[in-house]
Amino acid sequence: MKTSLKIALIPVAALVLAACSSSPTGADLDKIASQVTQSSFQAKGQAGMDRLQQDDANRLCSAADVAGQPLDDKAAQAIEAANLKTVKWPADGKFLGDWKNGEKLAQSGRGLTWSDKAGSDNGGNCYNCHQITKEEISYGTIGPSLYHYGKLRGVTDPNSPAAKAVVEYTWVKLWNARAYNACSQMPRVGHNAILNEAELKDVMALLLDPASPANK
Amino acid sequence: MKKPMVQRQVLAATALLMSMGVAHAQDATAEGIAKYRQMLQDGNPAELFEMKGEELWTQKRGPKNASLEKCDLGKGPGVIKGAFVELPRYFADTGKVQDLETRLITCMETLQGFKSEELYKAAANYGKGESANMVAMTTYVATASKGMDFALPQVNEKEKTMYEVGKRLFFARGGPHDFACSTCHGVDGQRIRLQDLPNLTKNPGDGVGFAAWPAYRVSNAQLWTMQKRLNDCYRQQRFPEPKFGSDATIALAVYMGVNSKGAESIVPSIKR
Repeated sequence: MKTSLKIALIPVAALVLAACSSSPTGADLDKIASQVTQSSFQAKGQAGMDRLQQDDANRLCSAADVAGQPLDDKAAQAIEAANLKTVKWPADGKFLGDWKNGEKLAQSGRGLTWSDKAGSDNGGNCYNCHQITKEEISYGTIGPSLYHYGKLRGVTDPNSPAAKAVVEYTWVKLWNARAYNACSQMPRVGHNAILNEAELKDVMALLLDPASPANK
Repeated sequence: MKKPMVQRQVLAATALLMSMGVAHAQDATAEGIAKYRQMLQDGNPAELFEMKGEELWTQKRGPKNASLEKCDLGKGPGVIKGAFVELPRYFADTGKVQDLETRLITCMETLQGFKSEELYKAAANYGKGESANMVAMTTYVATASKGMDFALPQVNEKEKTMYEVGKRLFFARGGPHDFACSTCHGVDGQRIRLQDLPNLTKNPGDGVGFAAWPAYRVSNAQLWTMQKRLNDCYRQQRFPEPKFGSDATIALAVYMGVNSKGAESIVPSIKR
């Protein structure tokens, strides 16, 4: 018992010594960063400590960003496959709702911060990063412009078989953007319940309905 | 005497900014903000915080009835000029890497006899009570380095470790939106709505990003230090709250400060 304890202690002592005498390795720093994270934050309002837990997608993409190198193909494909599996299709098979409400959701950046009331309506945050309509000039540029999103993709009737592929692609992109791009910066709007199914349909309509100002 | 004039200028400048609305494109808005900042140059409300801070710094306070004039901010006891542009840095007496705001608490404890736990508690209630005093003193000390270039030391092993930890925190995605600091501040030339976003992975330029704080925020008439700036970034990231003066906040400040090497501090600046 005593002997095995001593043996077990050797690597730990060596690590501590190594950390004192030379610079910590990348793995040491990852560990320190994770300890610092746990000790530095506190739950507030609806923002609990569980929000610091990373799934594989966030853990691997963050590490790739720290390394300044893109994720290797195999890891990227695994993340995309896992995230594609999370996508839930509309229960009634209808993909488009009301673009007018979609515009309201696109405008709002509210929800899910520690100062928002738990359970209050969330916005889609869309305009923070994307251009969508010509009328709204206060748009961000972190994501690509979505102006004429449906029109540029030839969507004249979103319910037609010809539009099916584009419509379904867009639904997946909104539900879980990591399904198509492992380290996309876009929030997983459906998967993380930022918007519900009905709200997602309204944002779909903003992008794909020929009557939406996004396609005018 | 000075206060009413400052307030008048803020009102005039705010009216100018508001009258522009969002009718024009972003270029016009940026131009308007520049003009607005120029108008405020001779009457930046942050000066009121600076003046209050100077008074508090030299005033005998606390259980030991002493001033902070002997405080060692890294350049020796009593040296204020140039201290801010080298912070956060390692301090041998505490064995910690500290930013200006946490170092100030160390001095208030050792020189004046305040209890640091109580000061940390007060600091968490930003801008109220003793926190208002600490914000003013932070502004005073920082402003003594106005016009100087950032040059954080990366000599001590702990300073180097804090940089590496800060880098990892900067890129750490989490929360319901998967946001990291880098989501908005990782590349050049991007905006949220019309707000330009500095790339904080490198020196984003004089008086931009890390080199723009502490700053007076016109939208809420508050003076925001880096601790408060980081706190609100994490709120918007949908993360839980970073504790005041926690290692995460220090590590991020080291990461951004070291990256800003050579950037001129324009403290105290004005933000919308």
